[in-house]
Amino acid sequence: MIPWLTIAIALPAVGAVVVWALARAQAPAADTAQRRRSEAATGGGTDTITEVRPAGPAAVGAENAKRAAFVFSLATLAVVAAMALRFDTGAGGLQFEQTHEWIPRFGVHYAVGVDGISLVLILLSAVLVPLVMLAAWREHDDREDGGAGYFALILALQAMMVGVFAAADVFLFYVFFEAMLIPVYFMIGRYGRGEQRAGAAVKFLLYSLAGGLIMLVAVIGVYVVGGTFLWVDLVGPGGALAGIETELAVWLFLGFFIAFAIKAPMWPVHTWLPDAAQASRPGTAVLLVGVLDKVGTYGMLRYCLELFPSAVSAFVWPVVALSLVSIVYGAILAIGQSDMMRLIAYTSVSHFGFITLGIFALTEQAQAGAALYMVNHGFATGALFLVVGFLIARRDSAEIADYGGVQKVAPQLAGVFLVAGLAGLALPGLAPFVSEFLVLVGVYAFNPVAAVVAVVGVVLAALYILWMFQRAMTGPTPEHLSGLKDLNLREKWAAGPLLALLIVFGLYPQPLLDAIDPAVERTVQIGTEDASATDGATAEEGGEG
Amino acid sequence: MTPFETDEGLSGPVITSEAPVLDWWLLAPFLVVFGAGVLAVLFEAFVPATRRRGLQIATASLALLVTFVLLVLQVGTLPEEGATLVAGVLAVDRTVLFFQGTIAVLALISLVLIAERRDGRDAFAAQAATVPGSEQERAHIMAGSQHTEVYPLVLFAVLGMLMFPAANDFLTMFIALEVMSLPLYLLCGLARRRRLFSQEAAVKYFLLGAFSSAFFLFGIAMVYGYAGSVNFAEVRAAAETGGAPIFEDGNGEPLLLMGIGLVAIGLLFKVGAVPFHNWKPDVYQGAPTPITALMASCTLVAAFGALLRVFFVPFGGSFELWEPMLWTVAVLTMVVAAVVAVTQRDVKRLLAYSSVVHAGFILTAVVAASTDGLAGAMFYLAAYGFTTLGAFAVITLVRTRDGGQELGDIDRWAGLGRRHPGLAGALSLFLLAFAGIPLTSGFIGKFAVFEAAVAAGATPLVIVGVLSSAVTAFFYVRIIVVMFFRDPEEEGPTVVPAGMLTGGVITVGVAATLTLGVFPGPVLDTLLPSNEAGPEPVSVMVDEASLERTAP
Repeated sequence: MIPWLTIAIALPAVGAVVVWALARAQAPAADTAQRRRSEAATGGGTDTITEVRPAGPAAVGAENAKRAAFVFSLATLAVVAAMALRFDTGAGGLQFEQTHEWIPRFGVHYAVGVDGISLVLILLSAVLVPLVMLAAWREHDDREDGGAGYFALILALQAMMVGVFAAADVFLFYVFFEAMLIPVYFMIGRYGRGEQRAGAAVKFLLYSLAGGLIMLVAVIGVYVVGGTFLWVDLVGPGGALAGIETELAVWLFLGFFIAFAIKAPMWPVHTWLPDAAQASRPGTAVLLVGVLDKVGTYGMLRYCLELFPSAVSAFVWPVVALSLVSIVYGAILAIGQSDMMRLIAYTSVSHFGFITLGIFALTEQAQAGAALYMVNHGFATGALFLVVGFLIARRDSAEIADYGGVQKVAPQLAGVFLVAGLAGLALPGLAPFVSEFLVLVGVYAFNPVAAVVAVVGVVLAALYILWMFQRAMTGPTPEHLSGLKDLNLREKWAAGPLLALLIVFGLYPQPLLDAIDPAVERTVQIGTEDASATDGATAEEGGEG
Repeated sequence: MTPFETDEGLSGPVITSEAPVLDWWLLAPFLVVFGAGVLAVLFEAFVPATRRRGLQIATASLALLVTFVLLVLQVGTLPEEGATLVAGVLAVDRTVLFFQGTIAVLALISLVLIAERRDGRDAFAAQAATVPGSEQERAHIMAGSQHTEVYPLVLFAVLGMLMFPAANDFLTMFIALEVMSLPLYLLCGLARRRRLFSQEAAVKYFLLGAFSSAFFLFGIAMVYGYAGSVNFAEVRAAAETGGAPIFEDGNGEPLLLMGIGLVAIGLLFKVGAVPFHNWKPDVYQGAPTPITALMASCTLVAAFGALLRVFFVPFGGSFELWEPMLWTVAVLTMVVAAVVAVTQRDVKRLLAYSSVVHAGFILTAVVAASTDGLAGAMFYLAAYGFTTLGAFAVITLVRTRDGGQELGDIDRWAGLGRRHPGLAGALSLFLLAFAGIPLTSGFIGKFAVFEAAVAAGATPLVIVGVLSSAVTAFFYVRIIVVMFFRDPEEEGPTVVPAGMLTGGVITVGVAATLTLGVFPGPVLDTLLPSNEAGPEPVSVMVDEASLERTAP
């Protein structure tokens, strides 16, 4: 049997090392060149250095390193795609499982396995990474390493993204969950944009780390109570956590939930995201918002709900309330943003509100919609960030006010922008519509009022997307934009597949839903058993055991 | 009739008329280090200056290497229940051997840093006895003379460290404490550069250390008054029966309480727990960096080894008495040190405060008072020792452009990661390990101690621990920010080439940090005790007054 998941984790990890080594091989030359330049630039500060484009061996080395990185990412995509084709959508539970002892003393296993939800999220990350690389190809040409280090970081991050979704051991999940922060931290802090990037990177890291450390207590708690970290042994009616007291379950649930809420990001712990997104390169933002933040919502489904079913009922209403606040708050703040990266970040806060709302509405449609939303949001927001990235590459600004009338000089760019934006506001025919619709239908069955409040977010979405489009793309073209180039071939290849996926899954979402549904049925059962227990008679304690 | 005159009451220390049986095999590690130390003093006096340094380094490193090999060999031959030596003053069991082995290895690595030379000069004063800035000092520097008393001093300090966790009675422990500390006081004052600063650190360390020793000794007197013995096992037995026979219905408990408190002050001072931590930043900053590395790794291991033994063996039965105290100290240590560390600008001071916070984390395992907690603390100490040695090794390489002394000011390290990605990368790895990021040894260590604490019901303590971890992460991360995310400055530091010695130390640090982080299984499973041997840590430690055959 082929260890698909292990290959999908190891391949990019090896790739990261190879790319790093390739980049390093040319580094001494680049290093001395850089030093010479910095010594030459006496009074002018270091800004003058960035004007010099590297030439000679360093640039060639960087180019080769980047090509290698791209090949590795494509190979990973191929492995993941091959695995997805072999996935049996009819079977519940985890597939492609592998379990090896890792740290016997703590009962820690290297255990991987995927169900439908984790599979589609792994697919999402595998699709996005090569596109992000394509889009970022020329971004770091002014650096001494030509961006090769950035590409190595992307690959390292990809290994951990696959790992975090594939982990079937709570400890292993935690390891990937925390270790993932480090590459992103460097991607923002070292390779990011603007003066604020170091601060934004630190803010991102500290928020996530604080959440992660609180989760660590809960992880330890799970082990102390359950005696194992293996997910399959912990969950279910016969699992190690089945008989624990509700109060304990609530505390453990909370420990996990705080970390996931920060990651997701949910109001009021979302404040790191706009800063991080603004300071990120668009490619980083795609992976950060498109995939990394999904770990939060995925964790809520996989860990909070499934490990502690008896605690769920206590959290339904608080989380639904926070989700509704996120939806409306994110949307309103998005309207007020002048920076496109920040604007998209706030729209994501709103969209993540939909996802958490769908998860905690505990109906099958809502949860299936939420799981689908995670994927679709990755494609839609990814496309939006990439288009903004194309603008940044041209005029080094993400301020809406710096643009206008772009569609006259760069019609293709504006077209991609429009499609991505319409996907963001969930236009029927595009993928996010299906998921948003499912969530709303499911939430309506759960509580009509909540659904009505959520619809406000849908209306506001039209406002923030279309208004941004109107200001940046339509109207008279100002003087300084007259020479703006339209999309080149590389950029078309970066954005094209995403648009195609948005349209395909908008018209025919069935393959994704087929994969997701069995997994959702499992979690919904947990939720509804419990929800009905509280709905019916509060006297009856959670119904497992 | 006063209680002291009764026959069953307190009796003086028993002086046997028969010589104890000496187990030379188990004593060998101590003797090798001691012998090498004595030899080194003789070399210092009689060997010509030109050949002295090489000989000293060879002797010291050979002694430590042999010691380590002996300790490893002893693991196989040691009886399961351990053994006591020399009429029961020293105890050797697997726990002690682990501590001693760790100390030997870490001391060997520190020795490599100590032996490193820059431009033909050590990190130590040419002639420690000269007044800083005086004519004589200049004459010595011009002549290029270099005293090498640092090597015998290190050997004696290591001897004390080996004895400290192995002591089986309070007086031996006190002697070990002094044998360990006195050379360290001197070593702190030996820096070649900024000598006054270094001497100030030494005096501070000496005065505060002497103070804490006095507390420790006073505590021993109290314990002796309570138990009628200074032997660990006998103190434990006495505490179980309510004190020495002179005390009726356990009314001697105040003596025991005072004894525990005062002894704890002495030990907590050595590990640098709040509120006894004030010496650490000053001493770490002032001492020559190789010596700081030695103190941060070996001394901490030795001090915790002793602390664990004292709290688990003689005071193991009095858990209820000391638990609230250690609980408070652990919380204070984690919170205060983490908060104060945020404001630090000097990298050595920062690592000093970081070491205080780590001491707090390890104390949570002590409070757990379980075999798993003991194992967690042991793992933590070993992992931390390697990482901290690597970190200090990096610090020795970053110098000012003029004068070439070490540049401690973090804000001036801007852009180090651009110019020296390897070095800055290694330091970043160490800092991430300190912060407890997964896939580094620091995370496994943290997990081990916190797991033990949660299992023992000390969850609030662990919550304080993780919150303070989050705070400490801030200042570790800030160093990475400065190194990698800021542009290099004109007046930035220079980095001297690592060379084989320091480079080797950094490599070992990186390798240990990653290996213990990714594959901790072998160490955790084979070298460390677990609850299966008994939930009480004393079940894996020697708690007999004497396990020896008496002479026929």
